[in-house]
Amino acid sequence: MTYVITDSATMLRRNLLHIVRYPGLSIFTILGPVVILLLTVFVFGGTLGAGLPGVDASSGRDAYLAYVMPGILLITIAGTVSGVAITVAMDMTEGITARFRTMAISRAAVLTGHVVGNTIQAVIAVALVLGVGVLAGFRPTATPIEWLGIAGLVVLFSFALSWIGVAMGMQSKTVETASNLPLILTVLPLLGSGFVPTASMPEWLQGFAQLQPFTPFIESIRGLLLGGGSASSIPVAVVWAIVLTLAGYAWSMAIYERKSVR
Amino acid sequence: MIEVKGLTKSYGKKLVLDGIDLSVAAGSVTALLGPNGAGKTTTVHILSTLVRPDGGSASVNGADVVKNPNAVRAAIGLTGQFSAVDALLTGEENLLLMARLRHLGGKRSRVRTAELLEQFELTEAARKPLATYSGGMRRRLDLAMTLVTSPSVIFLDEPTTGLDPRSRHTMWDIVRGLVADGTTVLLTTQYLDEADQLADRIAVLDDGRIVAEGTPAELKRLVPGGHLELRFGDVLSAETARGLLAGSTLDDLALTVPSVGVSGLRSVLDRLDAAGVVADDLSIHTPDLDDVFFALTGAQK
Repeated sequence: MTYVITDSATMLRRNLLHIVRYPGLSIFTILGPVVILLLTVFVFGGTLGAGLPGVDASSGRDAYLAYVMPGILLITIAGTVSGVAITVAMDMTEGITARFRTMAISRAAVLTGHVVGNTIQAVIAVALVLGVGVLAGFRPTATPIEWLGIAGLVVLFSFALSWIGVAMGMQSKTVETASNLPLILTVLPLLGSGFVPTASMPEWLQGFAQLQPFTPFIESIRGLLLGGGSASSIPVAVVWAIVLTLAGYAWSMAIYERKSVR
Repeated sequence: MIEVKGLTKSYGKKLVLDGIDLSVAAGSVTALLGPNGAGKTTTVHILSTLVRPDGGSASVNGADVVKNPNAVRAAIGLTGQFSAVDALLTGEENLLLMARLRHLGGKRSRVRTAELLEQFELTEAARKPLATYSGGMRRRLDLAMTLVTSPSVIFLDEPTTGLDPRSRHTMWDIVRGLVADGTTVLLTTQYLDEADQLADRIAVLDDGRIVAEGTPAELKRLVPGGHLELRFGDVLSAETARGLLAGSTLDDLALTVPSVGVSGLRSVLDRLDAAGVVADDLSIHTPDLDDVFFALTGAQK
């Protein structure tokens, strides 16, 4: 057990090597959010933006780009979760996980390698998607301290959702299931404040939209990027990130311990 | 050294292991012989800490597989029937990964990797992706990964199933080399000849129970399946031969004579010669797994 960090680093190295060697999956997880960003802004953005409270109809598109950016960043993170779930499920079917389990290596290291690898990938993806947003006309007003806060929240949520993704990958009996299960995470931002204000939704949906874990994250990022958000959403987002991390960790370790091979 | 007592395991309502007792002495090779579904892989998985037993006990080098799994893991290596390699890496990278996970340190990792690549004839393919490897190469790499540090106990789960005859013999040579170095080996197989070639002792597993255990020679004595088959050109010769050879049975022009050994074979031919009977064809059938099971369980598999 004294080797947790060394072993995790070895497993991380393996995962990064996979990403470098086979970049297809990673590129795909970045392309998805970029397409959604361009679609929502240039196709729906004019109309949707005009409907935002206090927005002049003529500046709808720019207003909507600013509004939707945090939601797109979250979808970017959620998209990489499919990637990690697929990788984990492939490991399970290849039998390499069984080999790791017969070796005297830290129980957590194998999965930590996946999680840290995916977190790095998610943070890079978020930076790239944000870059595309800036090219499309997004103008954040964050101060250096606020940027630090944004980076911190992105890392925390990427880490948390990666644990959930690892658990989903282990839970899945096939690679196909593993690629589909995380889609629920991609849909959740739509049922929160990601694309339209929750106040515009029917009452029965508003409750869910306001209470679900992604809304405080989106609200915090929005506030930090553009100012004017409520500061109280940041601690709520952090708590959610910790809860999701612990849940994903417990779920995946439970499966790792009991999963029989083949 | 492996000690197994009264091991049981069920999956749902299906009883897979029904009280297995097994003892493998240090430095020896024991083969678990049995058909698919007999419980061979489950036994190996319990011994390698992948699966928890329902009852009974199992220990490797004195460490209990349930109470002290980490001590077991430090001592063992497992090569399964499904190759446990990282298909997205090269052969060399797979070995380096194992060396790092065994905490060999950078320099020793590279030295050991080069040694193993050489020993398993993989040097040429070392930097190629695994997609280009043949089944035999993957199996060799798999075993090389198990041997990065020399484990004192090695489990080989059907190491040659699905391999071509040449790769099979290469694998056998590798196993013999391990044994010469003092490694304890528990090997599972469906092939009697493989158990015969490699093992000091054979345990025959059927339906979750060990139905026979002993040296290959002891086991083969239990099995009456070995026989000679003589073919004759005409009915008269065949009938004459049947009269000369006790216990033989005639089916059309083919005469089956129970197993007789080398001296018996000579006497069979001498007797035919003396009577002036000429056989067109002679073949020797050694007992196979079907015969073993027929003899030991009384049920045709």
